[in-house]
Amino acid sequence: MIKLRNVHKTYAGAQPLHVLKGIDLDIAEGELVSIMGASGSGKSTLLNILGILDDYDEGEYHLAGTLIKNLSETRAAEYRNRMIGFIFQSFNLISFKTAVENVELPLFYQGVSRRKRHQMAMDELEKMGLTDWAAHYPNEMSGGQRQRVAIARALVTRPQIILADEPTGALDSKTGIEVMELLKRLNREEHITMIIVTHDPNVAAQTNRIIRIKDGVIE
Amino acid sequence: MELLSEIWQTTQRNKLRTSLTGFAVAWGIFMLIVLLGAGNGLINAQQANSDDYVDNSMMVFGGMTSKAYDGLKEGRDVQLDNNDLKTTQTRFTQNIEKAGGILYEGGATITYGENYVSSSLRGVYPIDAEINKTKLVAGRFINEIDIRDRRKVLIIPENQARELIPHNPRALLGQTVKVGQMAFTVIGIEQEDKSRMSTDVHMPFTTVQAIYNRGDKMRRIVFTFHGLETEQENEDFEKRYRATINRQHRAAPDDEDAIWIWNRFTQAMQMAQGMNIIRTALWIIGLFTLLSGIVGVSNIMLITVRERTREFGIRKAIGASPASILRIIITESIVVTGFFGYIGMLLGIGANLYMDATLGSKPIETGLFTATVFVDPTVSLGTCFGVTLVLIIAGTIAGLMPALKAAKIRPIEALRAE
Ligand SMILES: Nc1ncnc2c1ncn2[C@@H]1O[C@H](COP(=O)(O)OP(=O)(O)OP(=O)(O)O)[C@@H](O)[C@H]1O
Ligand SMILES: [Mg+2]
Repeated sequence: MIKLRNVHKTYAGAQPLHVLKGIDLDIAEGELVSIMGASGSGKSTLLNILGILDDYDEGEYHLAGTLIKNLSETRAAEYRNRMIGFIFQSFNLISFKTAVENVELPLFYQGVSRRKRHQMAMDELEKMGLTDWAAHYPNEMSGGQRQRVAIARALVTRPQIILADEPTGALDSKTGIEVMELLKRLNREEHITMIIVTHDPNVAAQTNRIIRIKDGVIE
Repeated sequence: MELLSEIWQTTQRNKLRTSLTGFAVAWGIFMLIVLLGAGNGLINAQQANSDDYVDNSMMVFGGMTSKAYDGLKEGRDVQLDNNDLKTTQTRFTQNIEKAGGILYEGGATITYGENYVSSSLRGVYPIDAEINKTKLVAGRFINEIDIRDRRKVLIIPENQARELIPHNPRALLGQTVKVGQMAFTVIGIEQEDKSRMSTDVHMPFTTVQAIYNRGDKMRRIVFTFHGLETEQENEDFEKRYRATINRQHRAAPDDEDAIWIWNRFTQAMQMAQGMNIIRTALWIIGLFTLLSGIVGVSNIMLITVRERTREFGIRKAIGASPASILRIIITESIVVTGFFGYIGMLLGIGANLYMDATLGSKPIETGLFTATVFVDPTVSLGTCFGVTLVLIIAGTIAGLMPALKAAKIRPIEALRAE
């Protein structure tokens, strides 16, 4: 599913920062892996490259058989939209849209009709147990509920992979466990490849495989 | 449709800002429309006023010498006389077509049976009708034979005729009326002008000169001319003409105050130039006012884009293409500009109608003649379409910079920005 070969990433600046120094990584379809490492080790950087949110300087990245390199912005947006679902630490919901409108948004960019999109979003919210919260705005919901809305938004396009950057980082431990249970269940039942960046060893322990980054390479 | 509800949502979040921006645009368009309307009013009025006369005519008045000449001191009154008219008719045939003199006699009472009306008399030549575009509703104007024989005939305005025969003013044609103690035949009835009540009764020039003992004097000479196309040619002609007439009155040939020449052709030419300048100036002022509105919108949109950086980052992360972001911002800009601009346009048209109702077609007495300052001070439908187009373009321009900025937002940077 994911194949990285010798991927390098340097952040330009007054003092260029060589963050990724030759990453080789293979993740098979349906895997549930976690990425760990010290703060500033480049976990988010790697995840952004996997999510086509950022470019890399050297090496090759294949996603589902396609070489992801030097894509136009429009193309990158299309791939993100069709293949990848994102879950962020800070949820990143759009504050002036209701839960269901937030979940509908990726479908809007796919050009799905209004009715169909609403139906699909409602189905997804139902799976998250949020049917009653569909018409609420993010600031009317708890952290756990918001993250579940974000998960619904990531899933609504039936992506091949889910990329989660510290999905439990902003949640209390009980809610964090609930969210992890949810992600595990999705991986198991829907067979979605999942990559979770985390600091929490308990979270990492629940995944099939732990990838550790240190000094810009995988240990 | 989707876009519109998006825009509705975002403008709802920022009512104050949106309405402030909207005000700037509405004001810009309002000013543009009002200025253009006022300009049109001036121009229309000028056209309406000049439509009353033929362009290629001049009027000459006697003045007062301002230079000592030929042993005479300055400050002498100059009165035009038959000799001047004759000179005008015979010495400038290359340019002058027809000439005539004018004499006034104020305060005459015209009686018909029991009824009477007080009028002013105007002794004229046949050419007067052509120059002033006199329109008759019945009968004829003065002709050469009337002049030659000093006939006692007159042309009376319809509104005055109505005073004499209230129910059927036109029946006065061919009747004999008394002017003072003298009997005159009514040979024509002049159409009344709605904007100015005429009390001028026209008579043959020679008749007035004889009856009222004016000797060989006259008040004005008027003539039509041809072959003077440029301002320079007109000036040269006026110089020659002035020198000739001045000499007949022993005034310095270059004395510009001995006689006054009123040239309607150059007058109209300068008016037209002036009107063009006014029109251009109004467009420029209006467009600059609008421009400040556009800059306002653009500025606000830039702030909006900065505030929504994170939102656009999220949208991009979940699949929004740069083009779709561009579209949101530009459409929002056009909708805001268009909506408020339209309001401004309606208010501007309203103001123009108000102007039309209050100032429009009101004649103003200038002493020499009456003139209307504003005629139909409104803008045409074409201008409104033009303004709408300007609005859409303005909205696009205002939105372009912010939109490009928004489209360039990179999702990671946006998501990092807390
Ligand atoms: N856009 C950027 N420009 C310059 N430097 C950056 C940029 N993004 C990240 N960095 C730097 O690159 C390094 C790796 O950052 P990254 O966010 O990948 O770390 P991380 O492993 O996710 O850390 P954390 O656990 O704290 O989230 C850090 O030193 C960071 O300061
Ligand atoms: Mg990180």
